[in-house]
Amino acid sequence: MAETLAADLVPQPKPNAAQIPLWRRIWEAVQLPALALFSAFIVGGFIIALTDLKVLAALVDTINRLNTIGYLLIAVTVIVLIAGVIISRRPEVILSRLGFAATGRQSRWFNIIAMIITILAVIGLLFAIGFGHVLVMAWQAVMHAYGALLEGSLGSPAAMIDALQSGDPQRVAQAFYPISEALVTSTPYIFAGLAVALGFRSGLFNIGVEGQLFIGAITSVFVGYSLQGLPAIIHIPLTLAAGALGGAAWGFIPGFLKARVGAHEVINTIMMNYIAFRLSEWLLNGPMKRPGSVPVSPFIEASARLPRFFMDPIRFHAGFFIALGAAIFVWWFLFKTKWGFELRTVGANPRAARYAGMNIALNIILAMCMSGALAGLAGTNEVIGVNYNLANAFSSGYGFDSIALALLGRSHPAGVVAAALLFGTLRSGATRMQNVAQIPVDIISVVQALVIAFMAAPAIIRAIYRIKESKSVETVFTRGWGSR
Amino acid sequence: MTTTTAPTAGAKQRRAPAELAALAERKRHRIIGIIMVLLGFAGFALFANGVDPAITSTFGLNTGSTSLIRLGDLVVPTQTTIIVLSSLALFIGGYQVIRGFGKSTNAVLGLVILFFIASFLVWATGDKSINLAAMLKSTLLRAVPLTLGALSGVVSERSGVVNIAIEGMMLSAALTSSMVGSATKSLWIGLLAGIFTGIALAAFHAVLSIKYRVDQVISGTVINIFSVGITSFISAKFLSDFQNLNNPGIFPATPLPGLSAIPFIGPILFDGNFFLFAMFLLLVIVHVALFYTRWGLRTRSVGEHPKAADTLGINVFRTRYTAVLLSGALAGLAGAYFTLGSVGRFDEGMTAGRGFIALAAVIFGNWTPFGAFGAALIFGFADSLQSRLAILNVPIPSQFLLMAPYIATMIALAGLIGRTQAPAADGQPYTKE
Repeated sequence: MAETLAADLVPQPKPNAAQIPLWRRIWEAVQLPALALFSAFIVGGFIIALTDLKVLAALVDTINRLNTIGYLLIAVTVIVLIAGVIISRRPEVILSRLGFAATGRQSRWFNIIAMIITILAVIGLLFAIGFGHVLVMAWQAVMHAYGALLEGSLGSPAAMIDALQSGDPQRVAQAFYPISEALVTSTPYIFAGLAVALGFRSGLFNIGVEGQLFIGAITSVFVGYSLQGLPAIIHIPLTLAAGALGGAAWGFIPGFLKARVGAHEVINTIMMNYIAFRLSEWLLNGPMKRPGSVPVSPFIEASARLPRFFMDPIRFHAGFFIALGAAIFVWWFLFKTKWGFELRTVGANPRAARYAGMNIALNIILAMCMSGALAGLAGTNEVIGVNYNLANAFSSGYGFDSIALALLGRSHPAGVVAAALLFGTLRSGATRMQNVAQIPVDIISVVQALVIAFMAAPAIIRAIYRIKESKSVETVFTRGWGSR
Repeated sequence: MTTTTAPTAGAKQRRAPAELAALAERKRHRIIGIIMVLLGFAGFALFANGVDPAITSTFGLNTGSTSLIRLGDLVVPTQTTIIVLSSLALFIGGYQVIRGFGKSTNAVLGLVILFFIASFLVWATGDKSINLAAMLKSTLLRAVPLTLGALSGVVSERSGVVNIAIEGMMLSAALTSSMVGSATKSLWIGLLAGIFTGIALAAFHAVLSIKYRVDQVISGTVINIFSVGITSFISAKFLSDFQNLNNPGIFPATPLPGLSAIPFIGPILFDGNFFLFAMFLLLVIVHVALFYTRWGLRTRSVGEHPKAADTLGINVFRTRYTAVLLSGALAGLAGAYFTLGSVGRFDEGMTAGRGFIALAAVIFGNWTPFGAFGAALIFGFADSLQSRLAILNVPIPSQFLLMAPYIATMIALAGLIGRTQAPAADGQPYTKE
């Protein structure tokens, strides 16, 4: 009874969802994230080009050599650009002025063609003025950077084939090293992204993933090094459980405060982040410090380490499969169980959930605990799969990146896994980009921020690419902290 | 609760909301009273206990050279002082439990906490000496960016737009003010650049959250992540190679003539650089503007009940845009403090979460300028204290004092020290019908 009532009140997917072909549904789900990524990388490319010293020098040089006609042409270029943008923005108006009856489809094609013509015209004009070599240099700088990013993240296929043919294990390992690293980096992203996504689904914005991740890492490293002489089959699950529990405890506090006194979880999780940082700083400088000068925990026992499948430089480990398992579990929990249904109902419409007799407080606490547990597992994974110890500030921002992941993956476990693989790949490739093309890795953060912006404001993407509003339900995330 | 008839469940439900609120208030006051008593006992147990009655604590009262007269050191007997302070706390707490201080409860609680901190200081300096004036001065200096950042938060949130991007705005502004200040060799132009950076990011925040009605927390997060990325990117790409782009210098101290000669408080309050005075000035300006001008009334009404404000002809969107842009300017000023006011160059991640402490100060200060200033002072004091713990040789890890602002905010938010009163429409996008 309770569930049918709630089902009436909660916005349901389109009733004829089954009639729409699968490819179409997938395309509709993917096009916005894909365009958001694409746009973010374009902006990132502009930043790379505009901060390239050679490009800047050439630009300044060309501007210095401009004559009056050059300046006039620049003015013309700007006018063309503005006119082109205006024309492609409002094709219906232009078309009807020209005597065409504007239909949606026509105007869309008109829009795309007008855009392309504008861009070509501007580029042509720039070449005519003498900015040609600057553009070429900028293009090369961007391609060099993104090429290095791609190669660093996936490796080069030619090298892989070569290595496989030669049969030299050393070379095989080297060729496949980038892919393995990409998967290793993706693994904590999957956990952390799931944590944020689960929160979003329950109407909670868990910014505290970073802190929960730290606490999970602390508890798991403690169990990892302090318990000795256990067989791996017991020790590994024990460390995993410890990490999940630690994260869950850190998530429980803001969840409890939200449920009990309505304190907003965003503020509390931010505060808990910093408390977690200080706590780990103290623990690693004091009680948990390995003898020596560096604030680092002792190494965990061999029995607590996740198995690796290949020879040494390849760090790919079993954590990846645990992460996939977690994703499947979250999917099953959210969409196939009664508790998951309640969580989503509380997230989509708390009032409806309350009328349906659901326990809002309990669901909020449950959601925060589960979210925290997943975040804790992300930390655990890094400890028992990769580092085998805990250094201060080891996380390098997984918790904050995960917000981008959850949004990009539309808070669906499958989407989160895909987004995590993508960002893990980018992150691991960014290091190579830094070495080869001297582009600091931080450009990835900029791209991520833009992805979040575009995903959170789909109206921007729709306006640029003129996509019709999809009828799928947009997730409402948080409610202001003024309202109780 | 002197009802003679046994209250049934039904009677309990029929109680008027006002009466319920009064009951809750009384209960809260009693809890606060118990906390005061506990603080008093803790003072006895932790500090007075086991101290050699003969030792004294010495506090230096001089700092800087602007003061006219040099004061002698304040020397107090350690144990006696602690006993007096803790007894006072016990007495006040007992009165609070039995009778209550009514409306001034929070102020009294502040006093008791002050006693407790004073006991701690006296205990920590037992048989040693510490320069109290220098410590208070560093407290005030550490509170400057927090206060400016908190003012930014207050202005924005009063208009109903949550601003968790103070941190990001501060970080970006710190970078641009350093770079522009170095390039133009003018601190003032650098300062302007910082302010404009804050405004630009705020404009982004405003467009996303007001026009596109993006969740304001997400939009703020975007700015935070973007700022960390772009500042690290630029600083890694340029600042290590071109160090003269990152050397703006700092505003020199300009002691106010006359006022800074007042013994003890003069050097603390009136001997600082531009940012210190800007903070005092802006504190008053924002307070007056928010609570005594038409603009302030409109801004607050938009933050409390945008629909009603709209009905009365106030342009909700324009009011919110103005407030958010102002908030960005204040955050930009706070960011410029880091490079132009204290360090003199940009370092990656140099704001180190202070934007979030400023956010905490907004909440702890109950969304008022002076409340936020008080909170910033408390947090600044904790910060200043932790940096001196090593000198005092106190067995408390400094990290615990650094946690204090965060824990205090969570406690405040949980309603233990009185309900925090967020603007009612804070965080809610407005849709005009």
